[in-house]
Amino acid sequence: MEDAGKINEEWDLVIEGRTSLFDPKLGEVWRYRDLLLMFVKRDFVAFYKQTILGPVWFFLQPLFTTIIFTFIFGNLAGLSTDGLPQPLFYLAGVTAWNYFSECLTKTSTVFKDNANIFGKVYFPRLIMPLSIVTSNLVRFGVQMLLFVAMMIYYAATGGQFRITSAVLLFPVLILLMALLGLGLGLIITAMTTKYRDLSFLVTFGVQLLMYMTTVIYPLSSAPDRYRYWLELNPMTAIIETFRLGFLGQGTVTPWSLGYSTIAALLILVAGVVIFNRTERTFVDTV
Amino acid sequence: MTTAIKVENVSKAYQIGQIGTGTISRDIERWFLTKVLKKEDPFLKLGETNDRTTRSGTNVVWSLKDINFDIEQGDAVGIIGRNGAGKSTLLKLLSRVTAPTTGSIKIKGRVASLLEVGTGFHPELTGLENIYLNGSILGMRKREIDRKLEEIVDFSGVERYIDTPVKRYSSGMSVRLAFAVAAHLESEILIVDEVLAVGDAEFQKKCLGKMEDVGKREGRTILFVSHNMSAVQELCKKGVQIHNGEIVFRGDMMECISHYYHYDRSVRLSTVPNGQPVILDPPKINGSSTPTLLSGERMTVEVNLETEEIDNPWIFCIVENALGQSVVHASVHSEELGQRTLSGSYKISIELPALWLAPGFYSVYSKAIVRSPKRSARVHSDRVGLHVVGQIDATGKTLLTPHVQWNLENQKVRTRIREATNL
Repeated sequence: MEDAGKINEEWDLVIEGRTSLFDPKLGEVWRYRDLLLMFVKRDFVAFYKQTILGPVWFFLQPLFTTIIFTFIFGNLAGLSTDGLPQPLFYLAGVTAWNYFSECLTKTSTVFKDNANIFGKVYFPRLIMPLSIVTSNLVRFGVQMLLFVAMMIYYAATGGQFRITSAVLLFPVLILLMALLGLGLGLIITAMTTKYRDLSFLVTFGVQLLMYMTTVIYPLSSAPDRYRYWLELNPMTAIIETFRLGFLGQGTVTPWSLGYSTIAALLILVAGVVIFNRTERTFVDTV
Repeated sequence: MTTAIKVENVSKAYQIGQIGTGTISRDIERWFLTKVLKKEDPFLKLGETNDRTTRSGTNVVWSLKDINFDIEQGDAVGIIGRNGAGKSTLLKLLSRVTAPTTGSIKIKGRVASLLEVGTGFHPELTGLENIYLNGSILGMRKREIDRKLEEIVDFSGVERYIDTPVKRYSSGMSVRLAFAVAAHLESEILIVDEVLAVGDAEFQKKCLGKMEDVGKREGRTILFVSHNMSAVQELCKKGVQIHNGEIVFRGDMMECISHYYHYDRSVRLSTVPNGQPVILDPPKINGSSTPTLLSGERMTVEVNLETEEIDNPWIFCIVENALGQSVVHASVHSEELGQRTLSGSYKISIELPALWLAPGFYSVYSKAIVRSPKRSARVHSDRVGLHVVGQIDATGKTLLTPHVQWNLENQKVRTRIREATNL
């Protein structure tokens, strides 16, 4: 049976102090795919066991967030929603943003949360963050149902929105959000094994980042001098494209989406490299 | 025979004490020294011994130092050594939980390691779900588990609770379940740390039996770490002794165990409450410091005690079996030996009758407790290994194997059977 790591003709596995910088061991990850699914299953079963509402909780969080946003930003602050029905506008932003932020925050504590398992048994460590991204994808899918239901409701009651061809980019958007969340999470979790401070930063950093992304306001309403900064955030183009596809309103160019793609890939590569370097000995420092 | 595991110049450094504040500046300093100035890493000064009893200037210890060995395919190798000798570190490196600081390890075949039973068990999941989860964590494919599910459940003996969440299990039950999963791993190399200490005696025996099966029948390579000398001896043919991060003995398991018992018996100086030093030498048995005894043989234990002056010490002679159970625990006050105050050098001898100990490994040591009005202090001698041999192989079955007399007499009248059949 072959094992990744370094393979030469004689040995199945060579363990050494140092390895090459970029070696994501994808073959090995693939061999452990059953484990990935097992972790996803565990996350779900453990989530709704001994709860009354069970999976309904997946709906409640985005629903209440939308209600609060509609009340505060829509009614009190009177922020523009590009002419879209307010709840629909916020729910679109919240659903997409939640996927990214859940991927990021959960991945960023992978080493700390799993120190016990990682300290006792070997499996490709990347499995753990990948399973997080996958579990969140299922969650995201469930929340999309809520969004679609809301769309149907507004379509029936004559709400002003339309689906455009940009909706075809939906799978790409999911992938980009997953890669961004995963990449950033990997960088942070690797650093937190040594510098715990970062984990404090994550919780409120993600919140602040949401306000720097066009979740509660459209990019079109941002003043020109801030617009550049908002577009520097790779999540902005993703959320804008998401709204353009499903609701017909969004300020996005091929360039801005291309920029997000490149940023996501770079962050992911950096994340995997740093994660792999840390993975080998983090047990000693955590 | 082919080599299954080849360990070459492996060392592992650990940082002890506080890790945390100041690491950024030190990391930058290290990076600057090694990468920019191309100097030797000051963090990794090789050479200091890992002795947990002495303090040292640096806060880096070498848990393993320049380890080299090969393990042949199909060998069962026991790794023994004191606490903190580096046994577990070695297993961690072999099972890829952490990487070596220097050196390389080459492995042929799939490795399954059991550093702990039940890794990743989730309390909310049922026994069945946990079998799948734990099996996957250990590297099994889903269909592999499907195939062996019945066997696993059977082996664990918790069939009735298989659909109950594991948090409702007793600790023994979850250990059984966990070991059952682990025991059914298909791998060419099995690495086992001392994980059996949790189960009850019956289950421990079942596990050892299973592991023996694995090694002997299926020709798998086993690495086993334990403090239970009789388990190690039963399971492993070859032994490795590690001391302070270095291999000090390799070879036959029996020889390895006796080497371990006799290793590092340097004079130990202890002080009693009033600051008086007391030296208690490791005992000699029948005049030998590497004793072997026939099961029914009498033995005399001799202990040398040297002291400035102590008042009425309470002196013990203790014999323990390989499981650490004490089989002899004799004690006396020096007053009863006709001398209340000891000062100078003494030879104390204890004569034991024929004990008929079951063949196996025992350790013998002596202990003295000295009381002063304020507090008391104890002094231990180092242990001496005692190898008891005999004709009856009763390892693990009984503590004593006395020579007994059997008699059979014919009573001619079968009254009871007649009564029973006539009814």
